Amino acid sequence: MSIKSILLASVVALSPFAALAQDMTIGFSQIGSESGWRAAETTVTKQQAEARGITLKFADAQQKQENQISALRSFVAQGVDAILIAPVVATGWDEVLEEAKEAEIPVVLLDRTVDAPDDLYLTAVTSDLVHEGEVAGRWLVDEQAGAECRIVELQGTTGSSPAIDRKAGFEKAIAGNDNLKIVRSQTGDFTRSQGKVVMESFLKAEGGENICALYAHNDDMAVGAIQAIKEAGLNPGEDIKIVAIDGVPDAHLAIANGEMNATIELTPNMAGPALDALMAYKTDGTVPPKWIQTESRLYTAADDNQAIYEEKNGLGY
Amino acid sequence: MTRNAFLRRITPQLIILAIVLGLNVLVFPDFFDVEMKNGRLFGNLIDVLNRGAPTALLCLGMTLVIATKGIDLSVGAVMAIAGATAASLVVEGNHWLVAVLGALSVGALCGLWNGFLVAFLRIQPIVATLVLMVAGRGIAQLITEGTILTFLDPGLIHLGAGTVLGVPTPVLIWLTLGLFVAVFVRRTALGMLIEAIGINEASSRLAGINSRVLLVCVYVVSGIGAAIAGVIVAADIQGADANNAGLWLELDAILAVVIGGNSLLGGRFSIVASLLGAMIIQSVNSLILLSGMPPEFNLIIKALLIIAILVIQSPKVGHLLYILRASAPQPHPKQLPPLKENLR
Repeated sequence: MSIKSILLASVVALSPFAALAQDMTIGFSQIGSESGWRAAETTVTKQQAEARGITLKFADAQQKQENQISALRSFVAQGVDAILIAPVVATGWDEVLEEAKEAEIPVVLLDRTVDAPDDLYLTAVTSDLVHEGEVAGRWLVDEQAGAECRIVELQGTTGSSPAIDRKAGFEKAIAGNDNLKIVRSQTGDFTRSQGKVVMESFLKAEGGENICALYAHNDDMAVGAIQAIKEAGLNPGEDIKIVAIDGVPDAHLAIANGEMNATIELTPNMAGPALDALMAYKTDGTVPPKWIQTESRLYTAADDNQAIYEEKNGLGY
Repeated sequence: MTRNAFLRRITPQLIILAIVLGLNVLVFPDFFDVEMKNGRLFGNLIDVLNRGAPTALLCLGMTLVIATKGIDLSVGAVMAIAGATAASLVVEGNHWLVAVLGALSVGALCGLWNGFLVAFLRIQPIVATLVLMVAGRGIAQLITEGTILTFLDPGLIHLGAGTVLGVPTPVLIWLTLGLFVAVFVRRTALGMLIEAIGINEASSRLAGINSRVLLVCVYVVSGIGAAIAGVIVAADIQGADANNAGLWLELDAILAVVIGGNSLLGGRFSIVASLLGAMIIQSVNSLILLSGMPPEFNLIIKALLIIAILVIQSPKVGHLLYILRASAPQPHPKQLPPLKENLR
């Protein structure tokens, strides 16, 4: 599903609300633009609001919680209809969420959750990190179909929750398949250069011909590893199968070039489901569940990755 | 320095390097195997030389800066700026040589800025270079517009990922530059003048050394070294990653200088010993990767090894070893006189 078709579909689906939504104003407090994904999320959020005829007030917090808190306070003072927030940290939100609640402004959390009583916000829209790992693991289980496979794993930054959860999910998915074994697992710090360095050492320590698949906790490390595999005279995507998570444009390009096999998308469209839930809540009072899980879609060579690459490249990744 | 004195100076570093490489062999017996694969030398030892290139290039300038009693915290950020500059120049369609020259000029400019703050405004080096360390990554992000700026220019990529006669290009770059700088500062009076500034700047000035210009020069050298390292790191992954390129590498460079037995208080220095220090750090990194231990242990292993290295090198321990050796039973003073008589 392309971004454009998502937009079109949502416009069609929401046309009954459109008249009502037209006078809706929503404040969006974004963390900042620390990564390409974050920039894409901002772009998509603006597009989603526009497609629904919602006026979006955007505040960039530049990675600071105090900026987010003052943004929230100013949204409350302006009397917006609802607030979207991608919280920079998990703690310290109780007071300002209380203020929003007293003003009867529903708050929706995007992409991350907070440590606050759950009656202080309407719902949280996030992806399930464990589920992402599971999708990757299940893909490899199906792909190997019982064939022996020695896997190397590039972990994210040690101790970070994506690294812990994506590892756990993958291990859960391959558990019980004795043909699949993780033989080396080391951190690549979520970066391209470390992904390349660590893959180089894997190739030497295990011998390139003895590695059947690479699982990387994000696409950037996989892209770095692809270069290491090429330099070792092997064909990434064929000699060593590669699956990673995030769905950044360069990963789609690598799949289109046959150098990577699969990526699981961490969708930048968190706002779509959030706005849908908000509009349903505003029109007929439907209270959404406390957690809305976004789709962790698997992309393989079967998709038109060249087209997805060009489309995503425009989102600011 | 005579040949003997030079060898004595770098002996501790050589021994430590041998020990760490020995530990590598212990966890991975084929460590020293080097083969030709896909037209390039392929092996763990080559990886150590290749991956140690950025630290080695940084510690060239860092050694000189530290010899003047200074420190350059900005080199990691300068790497990011230089990588971003080179990447954006080739993406705009310039020749890769233009991009490299652009990156080197930016590096020199950063060095000039640091040098100006230190030599002319008399700001303490740690504070002066902290400015660029913090601001530098922001500048790099402005250049790349917050994304990883990727490029496909084969000339530029060759500098990081290519080989010359099978040897990875970064290895040749740092060996050549290292040799050049080491010989240059020792075959001319430059090295001695730099040491003089570190020991006592006021008296070196009174002795007729233009200390300000020399100070600016060492920071410029440091900036250029960082720029080369930045270009290599960007070329290696075919993209300029403003957030992560050279992150914390200034600390590795300082550590390499310290492991190289150079005093942070300035004065005498040895470029070769610092380069050996860089290789020791990279061998430790290689040991961690090859050991197959869970990543939670990475930093602990590294810290333990480095503490061990520094303890062995500390003057107190050296003195203790000296005393132990001197008080060893064999050449006991009481037995000496009769021995001498026998000889006669």
